[in-house]
Amino acid sequence: MFHIYCPYCDEYREEEEFHPSGQAHLRRPADPANSTDDEWGGYLFFRDNERGVHHEMWLHAVGCRKFFNMTRNSATYEIYETYKMGERPSVTAENVGDLKRQSGVQAETSGWQTVGARPESESLNEEEQA
Amino acid sequence: MKRYSGFGLVKHAMSHHENWERQWRNPTPKKQYDVIIVGGGGHGLATAYYLAKEHGITNVAVIEKGWLGGGNTARNTTIVRSNYLWDEAAAMFEHSMKLWEGLSQDLNYNVMFSQRGVLNLGHTLQDMRDIQRRVNANRLNGVDGEVLDAKGVQDIVPILDCSKNARYPVMGASWQPRGGVARHDAVAWGFARAADAMGVDLLQNTEVTGFKIRDGRVYGVHTNRGDIEAKTVGCVAAGNSGVLAKMAGFKLPLESHPLQALVSEPLKPVLDTVVMSNHVHGYVSQSDKGDLVIGAGIDGYVGYGQRGSYTTVEHTLQAIVEMFPIFSRVRMNRQWGGVVDTCPDASPIISATPVKGMFFNCGWGTGGFKATPGSGHIFAATLAKNEAHPIAAPFSIDRFNTGALVDEHGAAGVAH
Ligand SMILES: Cc1cc2nc3c(=O)[nH]c(=O)nc-3n(C[C@H](O)[C@H](O)[C@H](O)COP(=O)(O)OP(=O)(O)OC[C@H]3O[C@@H](n4cnc5c(N)ncnc54)[C@H](O)[C@@H]3O)c2cc1C
Ligand SMILES: [Zn+2]
Repeated sequence: MFHIYCPYCDEYREEEEFHPSGQAHLRRPADPANSTDDEWGGYLFFRDNERGVHHEMWLHAVGCRKFFNMTRNSATYEIYETYKMGERPSVTAENVGDLKRQSGVQAETSGWQTVGARPESESLNEEEQA
Repeated sequence: MKRYSGFGLVKHAMSHHENWERQWRNPTPKKQYDVIIVGGGGHGLATAYYLAKEHGITNVAVIEKGWLGGGNTARNTTIVRSNYLWDEAAAMFEHSMKLWEGLSQDLNYNVMFSQRGVLNLGHTLQDMRDIQRRVNANRLNGVDGEVLDAKGVQDIVPILDCSKNARYPVMGASWQPRGGVARHDAVAWGFARAADAMGVDLLQNTEVTGFKIRDGRVYGVHTNRGDIEAKTVGCVAAGNSGVLAKMAGFKLPLESHPLQALVSEPLKPVLDTVVMSNHVHGYVSQSDKGDLVIGAGIDGYVGYGQRGSYTTVEHTLQAIVEMFPIFSRVRMNRQWGGVVDTCPDASPIISATPVKGMFFNCGWGTGGFKATPGSGHIFAATLAKNEAHPIAAPFSIDRFNTGALVDEHGAAGVAH
């Protein structure tokens, strides 16, 4: 059971209120009509399916009804952070090793119950320039 | 390999069953094989068996990181049926069904295949239309099936709540009499024993950690027990297929999700068929031991932990009690999860890959146990001939770029 921090509601809520919606930060081909079969098929169907640090979209289905993003470990189920749409993750596969544990984040070994936390550093959350 | 028989059973009873020979060897890995199968679940073991039996290729290693069948093969709810909608899927699952029907004899191993029938319930008008369409398609493909109304369902399962008072009243069902269940461990063990007897090396506690690839062609694998070489590598790793593909440098159209199941305390015989409902989202059968075997839907997030969320368990039990009020006070004994590799079109992938000599058999998601013999059979042919078996051809990875999907969401659903 996840205890998830909705970055829009500014509150922790139970997993049941949310709906997982797949890999985050997918990029739709800019010109679909002229994209190749590989590009279009890749966008629609092929996924990183990462075992480890995974960036994914969730919907606060029976709360604010907004989509947001989460960085979570798909093997241990630890939630590292949740962040708003348009923001970039502060935790990645590259830096997760030296991640300073943020308040509210439980250690990987502490069992099933995991909680989300917001990234402390605002500068990491700037919109990616497409 | 000493054949099992009734006579043997009596003979071994004389010595208190202490002298049975081991079912398979525990060999040291060789440096080189003709074919390496990564993944010692049912599908991998069946592939090795048919490689040896049908194609005379016996210099084969099955590499398994844990123990044989310890993945989804021994975690599933064992439902076998072949009533899929599209021609491609029906051909494949029916091919498998025909192999199931002679499997215990073929393997000289009792896989306890029990054709007790499978019901897929309809609770809405649209459900019933879809069921009619699917059963008609099944019959055109030579797959047995009938459409039942609520009374027909009630006759088969007296304890099912078919009254108008149900929250989602049962309007009817599709009925496949040849469907049923089998014992999952026995399937893995039976294939393992028979493959071993023909010379296949079953390497347990051996994890593939990388591939040896030169000029776009595979020539071996790295493992925790050293490198092992082969020019043909078949990956049959279910939920971990994406991890293997990443090692080989490409992506698959898969997501790995937890899928859970539970069994109850053993009860006297009360349910002699399999009942599944896509609409209220649960399914149940009763094992020979007497426990109710109950299955759920996947947890929607990507997850490699062999466990899922409590909410899913709760929803599933609500569905079961909704359908079977008589089960409301049954206690559950155990609950567990497997990692299933779901494909966007709910059909599997049996395919060559961008790396020459490397093939993948995956994407079976929530419903591949029923395909175990058929999948092994056509994958073995694909590996032996280096060209897709005709039944496997529609399931290539290319379909996600060409758009020729085999959309089985209707027939797959919660129904495993
Ligand atoms: C709860 C549950 C219920 C289900 N119910 C049904 C059902 O009723 N009917 C049905 O038809 N299907 C059902 N399924 C689906 C079915 O179990 C699977 O589709 C099928 O068993 C897959 O078989 P497999 O041999 O491909 O995979 P597995 O049995 O999972 O075997 C894959 C093997 O690969 C090994 N492996 C992975 N990575 C490596 C590596 N790097 N090196 C070495 N080995 C590796 C794993 O340890 C594993 O043993 C269910 C699944 C679950 C989880
Ligand atoms: Zn919210």
